[in-house]
Amino acid sequence: MNMMLANAKPASATLGLCDVDIHPRAQSRHAFDPWLSAEMRHRMHTYGLRPRHGYVRGTPFPKSQPLASRRDAWTPQGGSPASDLAFFREQHLDHYGIDVGLLNPLQPSGQGDTNDGFSAAMAHAVNEWQLAEWVVPEPRLRASIVVPYEDPEASAREIRKRAGNPRFSQVLLMSRTSMPLGNPRYWPIYEAAQEAGLPVGIHAFGYSGWAMTNGGWPSFYIEEVSEHATSCQSLLISMVVEGVFERFPRLKIVLIECGMAWLPSVAWRLDKIYPSLRCEVPHLKRKPSEYIRDHVWVSTQPIEEPERPEHLRDTMEWIGWDKILYASDYPHWDFDDPRLSIPNWLPAETRAAIYGGNARAVYGW
Amino acid sequence: MKHVVAEVAAIPAGARHVTEAGGKRIVIYNLGGEFFALADRCPHQGASLSAGQIMGHVCSTAPGQYDYARRGEVVRCPWHAWEFDIRTGKSFFDPRRVKTRAYDAHVECGELLAAESFSVAVENSYVVVEV
Repeated sequence: MNMMLANAKPASATLGLCDVDIHPRAQSRHAFDPWLSAEMRHRMHTYGLRPRHGYVRGTPFPKSQPLASRRDAWTPQGGSPASDLAFFREQHLDHYGIDVGLLNPLQPSGQGDTNDGFSAAMAHAVNEWQLAEWVVPEPRLRASIVVPYEDPEASAREIRKRAGNPRFSQVLLMSRTSMPLGNPRYWPIYEAAQEAGLPVGIHAFGYSGWAMTNGGWPSFYIEEVSEHATSCQSLLISMVVEGVFERFPRLKIVLIECGMAWLPSVAWRLDKIYPSLRCEVPHLKRKPSEYIRDHVWVSTQPIEEPERPEHLRDTMEWIGWDKILYASDYPHWDFDDPRLSIPNWLPAETRAAIYGGNARAVYGW
Repeated sequence: MKHVVAEVAAIPAGARHVTEAGGKRIVIYNLGGEFFALADRCPHQGASLSAGQIMGHVCSTAPGQYDYARRGEVVRCPWHAWEFDIRTGKSFFDPRRVKTRAYDAHVECGELLAAESFSVAVENSYVVVEV
């Protein structure tokens, strides 16, 4: 078995340790049955999920390790990683002394499914499943509101259904969507999120129906995981220039598993071009970078590791020391140990903010 | 310091064996009768290499050409899948700077070990590691 460093919370997590990216997994697709109608259960088990990527089974690229997971995260009984609350508590929450953990369910969540009705039914079922199986039994956990984001009106209904329930801490979207996320078609989601006072977490991946790079389908998984930077650039530029943040001034966006070092350069490019093209987007009242600095949070995993640490420090400083949140990505193969992934050359108070203070502020924990 | 790990027969070819010597967790590999010992700790984030997959080295002389060489001589970290050469402890992506500590491991006969006052059976051979 894997011998991890002994149990301990990072010494500088003096404001608590919050993990904003945990991926719970259902033991089987029948796990959602109690909250699906008879029709939708039938659809699930007869036709299955229909993600927008060409009706093939599985993911577009082999993901480095089975189920994209740490090899030591399978349960002692051989169950899927993060499918058993007791083992998850022991290996993750207790091991690191995590005070608050945010769940981001991925497939089979039905997000981005080609069938809108099924996607909405699954979102409801996955949200109920998070409550029943995870968040109610384990008070350190919070749920994300899974929404059928390609049906924004249905998404807004799901958000309003959960609004005011403190067990839900954010609205969850994927980074790859059928249109750029700033498109007004998605605005009902932002309207409902702002109304509920909930941040919108945008997690890397998803199935858009489009190739994941601007130039078409890539050859390698390494291209897919590097592409998170570019797809997030597109969605963020879209949100800024469409005026999402003018229309929803209290909206908070948390970019999860998307990296961060690319963010300042995008803002600089937008600011560079804005004076020339301002009349094309007259609804913007401020420089593009100002919207980004005020409305965007980022999570650490997988943090860039440049040879010269000051390069990373400079980008973090631009993004804002109050905007960076620790994330583990448990149980996935590119998981980050909180004690080793947050650079030790940061001042102790900055590390305390990244470990817990910033997440408490943005999520109200 | 010499540390007797196990009887040779206890670590068959292709197998790995975890031991503790000099306060360090060490993993011993048997590559076709040759023994190699590495610190059981990935230099990246500290996972146990002994929980990692043993595989070969996928190599290439040019884009589009692949070869699978050195079967069974590479260990892949169970977390981030960094690959290390079992013979040297060096990583493949940056062998000069990223490596896990390698220790000398070899076989000694029980008779000589007994003479050095290790409690072993004189008729057997043992894997020893120098820590």
